[in-house]
Amino acid sequence: MSIIARVARWAGATCVGLALASGAWAQGGQPPIRIGSTLALTGPLAATSMIHKVVGEIYVEQLNKRGGLLGRPVEWIVKDDQSKPDLARTLYEQLITADKVDLLMGPYATGAILSAMGVAQRYHKVLIHHTFGIPAMAKYDMQFPAWSLGPNPGTTVPTTVLKALAASPKPPKTIAIVTSKFPSVHFMSLGARGIAKKMGVKEVLFLEWDFGNLDFGPIAARIKDANPDFLWVGAIGLEGNQLLEAMHKIDYTPHEHFYLYPAPGPMAKSPLAKNAMSVTLFEEHPPFTSAPGAEEFIKLYHERAAKAGIPDPTVEVQAAASYTAWQILEAGVRGAGSLDDKAIAAWIKTHHIPTITGNLRFDGPNNYGDDLMRVKQVQNGHWVTVYPKDFAAPGATLQVQ
Amino acid sequence: MTFPSGTLLAQSALSGVFIGSLYGLLGLGVGLAWGLLHVINLAHFAFAFLAAYLCYQLASVGGMDPLLTLALIVPLFAALGVALQWLLERFDVSPLNSLLATFGVTAIIEAGIQWKWTADFRKLESTYAGQTFKVGSLFVPLPELLTLLASVALALGIWAAMRYTRLGRALRALAEDAPIAAAFGINRRAHALLLAAVCGALAGIAGVCLALGFTLTPSQIYAWVGVVFAAVMLGGLGSAIGPLIGGIVIGVSEALTMAFASPSWAPIVSFSLLIGLLLLKPGRT
Repeated sequence: MSIIARVARWAGATCVGLALASGAWAQGGQPPIRIGSTLALTGPLAATSMIHKVVGEIYVEQLNKRGGLLGRPVEWIVKDDQSKPDLARTLYEQLITADKVDLLMGPYATGAILSAMGVAQRYHKVLIHHTFGIPAMAKYDMQFPAWSLGPNPGTTVPTTVLKALAASPKPPKTIAIVTSKFPSVHFMSLGARGIAKKMGVKEVLFLEWDFGNLDFGPIAARIKDANPDFLWVGAIGLEGNQLLEAMHKIDYTPHEHFYLYPAPGPMAKSPLAKNAMSVTLFEEHPPFTSAPGAEEFIKLYHERAAKAGIPDPTVEVQAAASYTAWQILEAGVRGAGSLDDKAIAAWIKTHHIPTITGNLRFDGPNNYGDDLMRVKQVQNGHWVTVYPKDFAAPGATLQVQ
Repeated sequence: MTFPSGTLLAQSALSGVFIGSLYGLLGLGVGLAWGLLHVINLAHFAFAFLAAYLCYQLASVGGMDPLLTLALIVPLFAALGVALQWLLERFDVSPLNSLLATFGVTAIIEAGIQWKWTADFRKLESTYAGQTFKVGSLFVPLPELLTLLASVALALGIWAAMRYTRLGRALRALAEDAPIAAAFGINRRAHALLLAAVCGALAGIAGVCLALGFTLTPSQIYAWVGVVFAAVMLGGLGSAIGPLIGGIVIGVSEALTMAFASPSWAPIVSFSLLIGLLLLKPGRT
């Protein structure tokens, strides 16, 4: 390409850029509202973080199409915390002090959110977060969760699961609880022990392993030996699939089985996961899809997730919680009518906010509202909600072996 | 505490032997490079995972039999091993610095894997994966059995080569005293590159075994480092059979701990074994 042609192309691109920038500026006559966050764009949490990136981009695009916030366009600044909570802390500090963002959005995963929460508290900023797993540790009064576990999920989540089973044609009499010691999982499994006892289900096995365990063979052998009616697996990510594979290798199929936070795509696709249960806030079927905006979001997410190379472009808990977090932030700013963090927090605390995961409130302990976790199950290679009845997919019921 | 049944103990011990053989297979390349080349090669784990992903790609997308992928993977990773060794020699990297340099290589390979295959989980669905046969009351999965057989065959083959061939004796002489060995006409550089090729090939074979039995994700690279290093140190640096024995000792001790007590105690037991051995025989490594 000649130098003249290059200069002409550069000049053209500059003119187009300036025209776009001036158009955006003209939208509200003011600079954009800048929302800052980090996500684990690289490192071990990158696979799930990519979901939150795609959702954030969709939401900001939709928001700008609606005219932005307070008459101003919205710009999302997202930095890579490399799956490291300590780096997330530094980057949130930078977002506030150097980038001077107007608002914050939370990062992905409990560790990074805790880091961001500390920074938000120091600078008195509102922090909405989508995936915080330990409500008892959310002490900052201007943080708001989109992962609606309720204030005491160690009790409420196992209660929901065991109630679902108690209502099935074959209620379990014995339970084996095996669990990772990963923080946001472990306390829920300990809670399941207490609830099982209370509900008269006899515990025949309790095992714990360290996160990162490589050999699930002996754990599978002990489960086979105990042969419980119901297997509660406090698994996070891949651990659920690893345990299923280890049980299959010794020719054991669990009767009823539950996995707390499985990798949803790989588990649904696994032929070993028939009737595996888990918990959910949202699945792609009514009544969830009848929430305002849900259908449009699902359609956009399918397109964008496929484009981003996400292997399972289905909207489930992660994507839905992410979208919910943005809905909370938008509602807070519109409700308060300003970017003042204290005003936004005060408004969120005193109002119910309609989102795609439900009508949320934040007036409970640590700003948690209701536990909205429902029970889902793998049926014909797909997750479908089966309990409670009001949220079950049309015609779906809990299948037992 | 109730005493576990005989079947449970035997099945757990078998599981320990299988996972231990994979520790040993990974440790074989690490131990040879460390003991004979004085290179602490963390990139060995990244090579193994890269090989596992290539096996996944060739078998899942290309439709190849996973075991046939060895025909491509072994020479490719032998060449990678040579290239890494050439680089380390070119910049005269000391043993301690080799740990840092190969950690950097590992991070680059991890990023490359994540770029190509994303950080999401990948599972090779092969005809071997679901095959299990029964011996008495015990279940023996085929992928794990293949890993055990490969580990034993390679450890014995390399042991025999080191002990009975001129090449093996030359390598041991170089590790013992390189200047004296060179005075006897041994080409240090050529031998080092050859051994690096063997180590690279071993990483490739370990990768195929990983792909056959495990779900892959890039960050898993680091999960194997601690326990494989322990197996190498238990077995002795530069030893061909030692890492396999060390790996199986660790695997079985972990598995029996899981059978008798809480699985979360397993790493404590295996690393206590290592510390005990180092205290009793400090000159072992």
